[in-house]
Amino acid sequence: MSARALTVSYSLILHLTLCILCACQPTPEDGPKNTPKTAPDATSQAATTLHYFTWTDYVSEDLLNAFEKANGVKVVVDTFSSNEELLAKLQSGASGYDVAVPSDFMVSIMIKQDLLAELDLAKIPNVGLVDERLQHLPFDPENRYSIPYLWGTVGIGYDSKVIPTAPESWGVLWDPQYKGRISMLNDQRELFGAALRAMGQSANAKDPKIIEQAKAKLVSQKPLVKTYSSDNYDQLLVSGEVALAHGWGGAVARAMAERPSIKYVVPKEGATIWSDCLVVLKTSRNRELAMRFINFLLDRDVAARTTNRLLFASSNREAKALVLAPLRQNPAVYPPDSTFDRLEWITDVGEAIKLYDRAWTELKLR
Amino acid sequence: MPSLAWLGIFFFIPLLLVLVISFAARGTYGGVEWTFSLANYTTLLDPLYLTIFVRSLALALVTTAVCLLLGFPLAYYIARAPLRWQGIWLLLVMIPFWTNFLVRTYAWMFILRTEGLMNTVLMNLGLIASPVEILYTDAAILIGLVYGYLPFMVLPLYAALARMDYSLVEAAWDLYASAWNVLWRVILPLTKPGVIAGCILVFIPSLGAFITPDLLGGARSMMLGNLIQHEYLVVRDWPFGSAISFVLMTLVLLGLWGYYRVEGVGRMT
Repeated sequence: MSARALTVSYSLILHLTLCILCACQPTPEDGPKNTPKTAPDATSQAATTLHYFTWTDYVSEDLLNAFEKANGVKVVVDTFSSNEELLAKLQSGASGYDVAVPSDFMVSIMIKQDLLAELDLAKIPNVGLVDERLQHLPFDPENRYSIPYLWGTVGIGYDSKVIPTAPESWGVLWDPQYKGRISMLNDQRELFGAALRAMGQSANAKDPKIIEQAKAKLVSQKPLVKTYSSDNYDQLLVSGEVALAHGWGGAVARAMAERPSIKYVVPKEGATIWSDCLVVLKTSRNRELAMRFINFLLDRDVAARTTNRLLFASSNREAKALVLAPLRQNPAVYPPDSTFDRLEWITDVGEAIKLYDRAWTELKLR
Repeated sequence: MPSLAWLGIFFFIPLLLVLVISFAARGTYGGVEWTFSLANYTTLLDPLYLTIFVRSLALALVTTAVCLLLGFPLAYYIARAPLRWQGIWLLLVMIPFWTNFLVRTYAWMFILRTEGLMNTVLMNLGLIASPVEILYTDAAILIGLVYGYLPFMVLPLYAALARMDYSLVEAAWDLYASAWNVLWRVILPLTKPGVIAGCILVFIPSLGAFITPDLLGGARSMMLGNLIQHEYLVVRDWPFGSAISFVLMTLVLLGLWGYYRVEGVGRMT
């Protein structure tokens, strides 16, 4: 789910651009200097300020204000635009964040890196309202460290004016008649995931031969692809530049709002399901407040308003009834029950990531 | 010496850190494992990565050449303009810097895309029958890079041209030198430090550019900057990313050093 966010990381890119302009390459040690202005200052106001580290465009100001008023605290929001960026910032020394929102596979990496604090579920009663289908997830079955927050699928957004019959298979993204009108996610795991599922394989394949076949499949597709993009394909769909976009449901839902002929499908070979999860960081000094904040975000009314505004489904099963009807029935926001048995979580593939990395580099060199 | 301290803090120490990390290995979950190995450097010899080096070098060279061809006449015009106009022209050259580079790159996407400004205007003028597909091609990357770095070429060229003694050019004309000879034998030698400074300022950032290939090139091909960014952020293989960065920097520094040795250029603009 690396770049569901709307834009690439402004601060990081500015920083890197400056580095490159100065003809010095960025070093990982730049990290601490890179800590954003809003970065937590643990010594001051430790009891009254909550530092929330979340995705770009992933918060509702009015909801935060409500929490601030009700609890007499201040919430400082800082954003990231990919899971990798989140991890990089935490690994390079940014400390003092209280609550963060990594995606599923990143939760498991953060657990292994010992970055997360155990949750005090007694203080988060709303955990009981989490959708059954999002309970006991493989990366954290007991919700010891994380609770699903917003979730959805990755599928195909298409323009029904150009493609009148709903495409059922990933194969449509390999159909030469749509040459130059296809966009694919510029995300290593999701891009290979689409090819692997199209081949009938798991998106988490570790077998070098199968990864190599997936690469060959993507190489054969490349002449048809207009762009690999993770952040503006919804605009490309709206403007008609592309007729087919491999993308996150929420982003396709945004495109639908502006161009009603856009539709969304989860292909029959299966697709990715993802969930962004609320976690408390080990370095948090306000754990009790952090638990209260998580419980607040998972509240039925708060969750419904979040979904209405962000177009991503909330994990609270009771919230769905309060969500605007068009969103409730939109398969790009709430995956239909019939698709569930063919959805798969992206998991950390360990050392096999190097195979994906090489295949990805080779694809980009064609 | 303050300049030495400055270089030390902002250049040598970061460079040293990059060098040290480049000998380490990636931990399974992305950290740095402190072992000593040259594996990251031998991996770089793989034809896969050599191809990326060659491609990026070629793109940076073409960008520099186009910037020089476009920037020289512009700088010459500005330097020969009346003084009060010179300030205005230079200001116009620099104004784009007031806007974030990312925003300007997005603006180019709107200009170049199929139903964008350029195609609309050209089609309404009847110059083309169907839209030209430029966005998401190598041509779009080149346009973006030339646009982005042209001021870095124009400013040092202007500085050199403004300082040039124009009576020498007049003397050349008086001695019946051809236009080509005036340019090649008089103006260029007199402004060489400016040309070199401009080329360096354009070439080096073009070599490391990664936003432009991603946004205007549609991330269809990978340049050195993208590779380094990918290794650091996506693969979280800092040691390998450091090795690439270090080799890149060493090549650039060697190139510069070799140039100064051969040409004996003593000072820069």
